[in-house]
Amino acid sequence: MQIAIIDYGAGNVKSIEFAFRRLGVETTLTHDRSEVQSADKVIFPGVGEASSAMSKLKQTGLDEIIPKLEQPVLGICLGMQLMCAYSEENNTKGLGIFDVDVVRFSEKVKVPQIGWNTIKNLKSRLFKDIKENEYMYLVHSYYVPLSSDTIASSNYELEYATAIKKDNFYGVQFHPEKSSIGGEQLLKNFIEL
Amino acid sequence: MLTKRIIPCLDIKDGRTVKGINFVNLRDAGDPVELARFYADNGADELVFLDISATEENRKTLIKLVHDVAEQVNIPFTVGGGISSISDVEALLKNGADKVSINTSAVKRPDLINELSLAFGNQCIVVAIDAKQVNEKWKVHLMGGKVLTEVDLFEWAKEVERRGAGEILFTSMDHDGTKGGFANEALEKLGRCVNIPIIASGGAGIVEHFTDTFKYGKADAALAASVFHFKEIDITSLKNELRQQGIEVRL
Repeated sequence: MQIAIIDYGAGNVKSIEFAFRRLGVETTLTHDRSEVQSADKVIFPGVGEASSAMSKLKQTGLDEIIPKLEQPVLGICLGMQLMCAYSEENNTKGLGIFDVDVVRFSEKVKVPQIGWNTIKNLKSRLFKDIKENEYMYLVHSYYVPLSSDTIASSNYELEYATAIKKDNFYGVQFHPEKSSIGGEQLLKNFIEL
Repeated sequence: MLTKRIIPCLDIKDGRTVKGINFVNLRDAGDPVELARFYADNGADELVFLDISATEENRKTLIKLVHDVAEQVNIPFTVGGGISSISDVEALLKNGADKVSINTSAVKRPDLINELSLAFGNQCIVVAIDAKQVNEKWKVHLMGGKVLTEVDLFEWAKEVERRGAGEILFTSMDHDGTKGGFANEALEKLGRCVNIPIIASGGAGIVEHFTDTFKYGKADAALAASVFHFKEIDITSLKNELRQQGIEVRL
């Protein structure tokens, strides 16, 4: 099994690599377009700021490759947000795989949300053997609102999407690589898709 | 619902954990990797590693350690101690740290906070503040508490938020090591000054201290060292008690 982690200089990907290794699967960190296209599964990571992340994707031409991928793709955190149409974070146009706009939490709550929150209304095989209200680790200031593509939701200020799915594209707002046993199960499920 | 976090802190010197640590089931009690795993498997929500020796040689040791911990541990961890540049942070993140904590270097050159949060995102930058009361004013201290400054705790907290800190780790030097409870009054005031999460540190002795710091100090997380290292408080039992007191925790 070839799992490619898209390398566009966005934050810490080492922990994703290590999490797969703990499951006995080696990954390849790459920005090579053909290597990404030919992988069995693709991880689209991301920590940091949306507009600079998008411009890095454009520099390598990956912004055109990613929406056309046909194998299972898992966007994590900012990776999930960049798969959406638009982000309020520095008015960034996203990849447009999901027709939804990413918005900021209001000042009614502490921003960023940091810590363990529960996920519920779980749909899709991505959550096989993961129980309702499992805890996952989140760190984010912007969120994806609920839509018909939502496959898990959480509550912080309001109910919002912590996981989305469309065809072969999956996005999770939380960090499965840092979410203890529940996160490990999710990565295992992704491997088995 | 977002839960309150319990964070054990490991002091690292020459790649080993210091402060007496008393775990019977560990082969080598001083090995930070084993300790990190133990805590991760026993209810800790995050880990903080504080490098208390900051020479060039130790920096390499620390980076190797960060790598080894990241390889083994499935919860987030923060590394602090002697960080003063983008390249310091880059090296730690590349080896698997999730967040970094800066303290003295941020007071000396506040622009560092802006630079780091721009480069790595504010979620990655924890600003640690050590403070103690001098003539009834909370004053920031540097160099592990050795150097008094004229900087006011609350003003500094607002400034670090403005400059892009994602979290504040506040240690009350008046409470640290006393086992008499956290600085809840100051914590509560801090929470009204800023809108980013606050980690309470210094003073944990018994379970009630944690309950109080979440209830009255309004802290988002509580950090402690010796009560966990010496097994005076078991994290899972602590969390059970917190839940019984109506405080949301991950169990």
